[in-house]
Amino acid sequence: MSTTATTETKPAPPVIEKIKVKVDGREIEVPKLTADWSGKLTPTTMIQACEQAKTEVPHYCYHPKLPVAGNCRMCLVEFGTPALGPDRKPVTNPDGTPKIAKSPRPAIACATPISPGMEIYTNTPGVKQMREGVLEFLLINHPLDCPICDQAGECKLQEYSVDYGQSGSRFVEPKVHKPKAVDLGPRIVLDDERCILCTRCIRFSKDIAGDDALGIVNRGSYNTLTAYPGKVFDNNYTLNTVDICPVGALTSKDFRFQMRVWFLKETKSLCTSCATGCNIIVGSREEKVYRYTPRENDAVNACWMCDHGRLNYKWIGHKDRLKDVLVRGQKTAWTTALNEIADKLKAAPHGSVAIIASARQTNEELWLLKKLADKFGAMTDSVGRFGEGDKFLLNVDRNPNRTGARLIGICQANVGIKLRPIAEFIRAGKIKTLIVFGEDATKNGIDAELLGKLDTLIVSGILPNETTKRAHYLLPGCAHVEKRGTFTNIKGRVQKFMKAVEAPGDARPEWEFLHDLVYNVTGQNGFLTIEGLFNEMAKDVPAFSGLTWAGLGDTGVTVPI
Amino acid sequence: MIVNRKPLTFWEKLYLPAIVGGFKVTIRHAVRSLFGGKTVTMEYPEQKWAVPADYRGAPYLVKDQDGNTKCVSCQLCEFVCPPKAIKIIPPGPAGRPADRSNAEKMPQEFEINMLRCIFCGLCQEVCPEEAIFLQKDYSLTGLSREEMIYDKEKLLALGGVHGGIQKWKQKLEEAKEQETFPVKV
Repeated sequence: MSTTATTETKPAPPVIEKIKVKVDGREIEVPKLTADWSGKLTPTTMIQACEQAKTEVPHYCYHPKLPVAGNCRMCLVEFGTPALGPDRKPVTNPDGTPKIAKSPRPAIACATPISPGMEIYTNTPGVKQMREGVLEFLLINHPLDCPICDQAGECKLQEYSVDYGQSGSRFVEPKVHKPKAVDLGPRIVLDDERCILCTRCIRFSKDIAGDDALGIVNRGSYNTLTAYPGKVFDNNYTLNTVDICPVGALTSKDFRFQMRVWFLKETKSLCTSCATGCNIIVGSREEKVYRYTPRENDAVNACWMCDHGRLNYKWIGHKDRLKDVLVRGQKTAWTTALNEIADKLKAAPHGSVAIIASARQTNEELWLLKKLADKFGAMTDSVGRFGEGDKFLLNVDRNPNRTGARLIGICQANVGIKLRPIAEFIRAGKIKTLIVFGEDATKNGIDAELLGKLDTLIVSGILPNETTKRAHYLLPGCAHVEKRGTFTNIKGRVQKFMKAVEAPGDARPEWEFLHDLVYNVTGQNGFLTIEGLFNEMAKDVPAFSGLTWAGLGDTGVTVPI
Repeated sequence: MIVNRKPLTFWEKLYLPAIVGGFKVTIRHAVRSLFGGKTVTMEYPEQKWAVPADYRGAPYLVKDQDGNTKCVSCQLCEFVCPPKAIKIIPPGPAGRPADRSNAEKMPQEFEINMLRCIFCGLCQEVCPEEAIFLQKDYSLTGLSREEMIYDKEKLLALGGVHGGIQKWKQKLEEAKEQETFPVKV
């Protein structure tokens, strides 16, 4: 089990000597040592040097976050090192430049360390021929399944065949047939014919997920990837093997035959299923979310995410989604409802309002709720949500933004501690107005009878529950893929997510109507965009001081918690 | 470029010779079609033009010689279609099994909006399975817009059978032959 992938604060990096190498004639300076998949400093390899020189070296088995296997031979390059004379001194050309002794044999760039003065050639006729040869061998037994293969469109074999391969096949013998559509586990389908035996999945399962479930059996052309006999490939990280599989051998059962990948719009977002806050890409088409895939962020999730979070997206397009603004059951326009709520709130005496926010809301929304709460001296709290965690990515805290709620002051470290006092005050008739966002109050000690005692119950939610049914004012909200915002993960990393699809019906992002409400109630104006709102919040909340929306970048910023 | 108009001559200015010339053509055609048996019009739509062999009419789905749906819902035609006339719903993991078991999938729904289709033939060109062909129909009519959206059943019925190399069948036979090979997984 690798724990380095989620290392949040790295120790001061040791000073690493830099050496000069040439990639295709261009000289670059690269560190002599580079962190490998486990975070250990190892000699920099040629493929890493080429990556820093922005030169693409095609590869299948190499993956920056996995141990190096060196079996696909796709990254073969030619190279040379400074020639040494009999006196072990570098030989120079007549013009004073060091003479380069070109290696007679090519080397795999993924496993060959660089040395000072080394020259790497990735574009020579020899290299091109080698790539062609490797691809020809890989395609000998690879079936022409592209029309029915879920990987088509993001398949490295397709891409490299177009970029480096030959146009035709010289192979006339029958292809070797292997098992197809093998049920490898509850979430994975394996097509052995398509497998190019790069062993990425095996290395991932063994070294990253810590579940040594996969292996290759049989010899020669009959090499077959399979799960250990009698063992089901069902750890919580199996779907990462689908991502790293360069071909369509491992495919996701959930995404199987759902949509061709070239139709999917990719939106940078965050996983909301636990407090780790894995960076993801949302694949959507025509306002429908089809899949989550992990997005690289070395400070949070490296290249991985858990199956639990990845498959937790189906509620977004649920047919029961709240779509209408309801005032006591009557469909109303947003402005009417918000004005009415503002009038009610303005008339509410100090201390008669309580707010139950959700730790699934964004920092901005929680901050706006906090502003409302400050106006009325309202009690605020949130609801804890805990499950079983593991040592890798899945956190016990299943709320994506409990840290944010705490930093903003919506809840205490002990989340949910004020729910009972709120219930008591409602029973005593002290609290007359309750604002509930995204939670079911009836499941948290404030039952239907207590809700009935309230003068005003303002509820915002995404899916119907017992509380939304009893709401006097029901404001339909948005799933995270339908709006923009930021979450603060368990380790204090503030990360932003983008909008992928439109919200159904009249539903609006919570921060939009909360902003209107705050303006109506407190008269404070400002930030009609999420950027402005975030920047304003960063000025107001001490924990976020110095942050800007733009400064968060794609991978976020860690704040002290 | 400026073209200088030639001024009309006196004879041309009279117009009458041109009118007479026109009548001559009309009468010639009238006499020909009445008595010569050479009709120049046809009783459309009862009679229709025989279109040339390479004519591009409406695209329909075809079945192979064994009566199986050839389309595997790869959605390349949907992608390439310039007016976005094609809409395919893939089968998903729990969809109906494909007619040819080792082709693994076929579309759950396949719609072509014939009001949008421009008969360009890119779908036929891009299809890796030879499952869609532009056929000879050029006059498609309907009483509503909905009627002009042809679904999978209608497209398959109109398309008929178009045989081919049957690569999936061959592949299955090839795999069966190898089952007797000593090495088994």
